[in-house]
Amino acid sequence: MWIYEKKLQYPVRVSECNPRLAKYLIEQYGGADGELAAALRYLNQRYTIPDKVIGLLTDIGTEEFAHLEMIATMIYKLTKDATPEMLKAAGIEDHYVNHDNALFYQNASGVPFTASYIQAKGDPITDLYEDIAAEEKARATYQWIIDMSDDPDLNDGLRFLREREIVHSQRFREAVEMLKEERDRKKIF
Amino acid sequence: MKNFTLRKTYHPYISPFDPCPPVREKTYYTPAQLYLGYQPQNLEQFSPKEALKAGTLWKVFYDPYYGPNEKRRGPYE
Repeated sequence: MWIYEKKLQYPVRVSECNPRLAKYLIEQYGGADGELAAALRYLNQRYTIPDKVIGLLTDIGTEEFAHLEMIATMIYKLTKDATPEMLKAAGIEDHYVNHDNALFYQNASGVPFTASYIQAKGDPITDLYEDIAAEEKARATYQWIIDMSDDPDLNDGLRFLREREIVHSQRFREAVEMLKEERDRKKIF
Repeated sequence: MKNFTLRKTYHPYISPFDPCPPVREKTYYTPAQLYLGYQPQNLEQFSPKEALKAGTLWKVFYDPYYGPNEKRRGPYE
């Protein structure tokens, strides 16, 4: 069960109406390495992972939904009240004819989200290595979006999200270390 | 404390026939999580207020990314 706090994890500011940036950001919304894929991946894998790392997957999976909400807010603000002409100029008229200004789970090229973006192999090391890779891929994607963006307020939020990928990657790496640990030769902290 | 760097560079081969203007130095990122293993105890922390802004409590993980046309700003800005 979840408790919902009606606020964003980090404030989302957008300087100007810019549908083209929304087109890039949708990669982190419904793309292979996006926040939806991350949340669903972790919250699903946690059932079949050793007890001591279940909580980590729950925590990070939950936070990914908070990130998804931030990305949604960014996309919404970037396209809110944009006219069909503006969407056309930004190259997202194909989105408009299908969805109006609504958000949809798809990547920057318009490919709809699919469960095959995520995996649950049941082997704990395999799953955690996938999770580490997913965090690094999301970190890289944020870098390339920041490179394409000229909106300083938006980039501030994206930098925060990229920083969280770094921390999550660290925690997944620690989870691997916990599972590697030899019984009765416990490291003393 | 930090005995690693967060960026690495290399110099790829440039052909005399490359159509695009060559980028002679390429950069890639090697963030802190590659080096730390278990997070060591007693690492330096941000204040709670700074941490909420930075996205991490721990200074060692703080590595803000700026685009090519952005001015780098202060450490927690």
